[in-house]
Amino acid sequence: MGDDHHHHDQPSEIELRVKALESLLIEKGLVDPEALDLLIDTYETKVGPHNGARVVAKAWSDPDYLAWLQRDATAAIASLGITGRQGADIVALENDAGVHNMVVCTLCSCYPWPVLGLPPVWYKSAPYRARVVSDPRGVLEEFGVTLPEETEIRVWDSTAEVRYLVIPRRPEGSEGLDEAALAQLVTRDSMIGTGLAVSPDAREARS
Amino acid sequence: MNGPHDLGGQHGLGPIECEEDEPLFHAEWERRVFALTLAMGARGDWNIDASRHARENRHPVDYLSSSYYELWMKGLERLMTERGLVTPEEIDSRLAGQGVTAEAVGGAVPAERLRALLRAGDSARRDDDAKPCFFPGDQVRTRTMNPRGHTRLPRYARGRLGMIERNHGTFVFPDSNARGQGEQPQHLYSVAFSAAELWGEDGRAHERVFIDLFEDYLLPIEESGS
Repeated sequence: MGDDHHHHDQPSEIELRVKALESLLIEKGLVDPEALDLLIDTYETKVGPHNGARVVAKAWSDPDYLAWLQRDATAAIASLGITGRQGADIVALENDAGVHNMVVCTLCSCYPWPVLGLPPVWYKSAPYRARVVSDPRGVLEEFGVTLPEETEIRVWDSTAEVRYLVIPRRPEGSEGLDEAALAQLVTRDSMIGTGLAVSPDAREARS
Repeated sequence: MNGPHDLGGQHGLGPIECEEDEPLFHAEWERRVFALTLAMGARGDWNIDASRHARENRHPVDYLSSSYYELWMKGLERLMTERGLVTPEEIDSRLAGQGVTAEAVGGAVPAERLRALLRAGDSARRDDDAKPCFFPGDQVRTRTMNPRGHTRLPRYARGRLGMIERNHGTFVFPDSNARGQGEQPQHLYSVAFSAAELWGEDGRAHERVFIDLFEDYLLPIEESGS
């Protein structure tokens, strides 16, 4: 209300600039305000790592689905109704006892939006993009993950439009769980490769 | 371009800071820039490669001190002003609170059409019957090149020996597409490099980096016959 005592309530420069630009673009008929609402709603409420977790849980439960995912991840994922921008072509990378996969985009912040949603700040940040290609084990340790020395670490730098989804190893103690329960064990970071899927016990302890 | 965005292998950037239960957006303006960028992008005045170049082609101090969505805002402003869709004066006068009515340009993508576009995705894969030059298992060397314009061959992987892991198919070539020289689709490969090849004596065993690289970035290795 123009009250000088509330300096901290003053909008920042960028806030004002974005607001000015938005009103200008709407007035010029360059964007449809309803389209803006649709975009925000889509990525805030519909697209997210729960999509990827469904894919992983199905891959853990169904060997035929896993084989399809390895052969043509785009089609296998689309069969669950998961499609969209920034991830129209997806490759799945399965972790096993001998290989651990991690994903980065060193040049920008390419990320498989349809299965993981929008990337977290750390994934887009300079330190992660700089270090994961030259010191993947050091980065993993920063995320609390230590793997045996003989495990091969494969870092995938998604410099083009192909996006990668890591299929983490199925945790011990998860035998007999259905897909919905398995999906609860699949974290976002486990599908980027900076984390592991959580065991049912650890999951229990957290909630 | 050898720009500030090409970060692979750089030192001194500090720890990776993770936020527990991170929100999708940290401020309302980030939400708006995200939506404005996608809505404007859907019009087709520019392509994804040109929009990446608009964010990356800037002074290193500017790039590294700007947050992700600040870069989106700067990129969006540049793309629009370059094409005359918006002028800097229009933004400034609006910021100054002057109620000047802007002239309508039109062409907004309606919400319903955008909904269909979102579902269909934005594949850069193109049907093309060009025969691939390389096959899985082939040894290749990446070019040593330093183009001033847009490229997706990172500096840390130039002039290096690698092995073709797989052929993804034919995709839009970002280097030409960003420059307005057309899509020029070509084969895109995942190429595997050992850590020792990329980082020399600082590279560790049991570590490899797989980079998606276009055919134009790769040179064949002649059979030595030995």
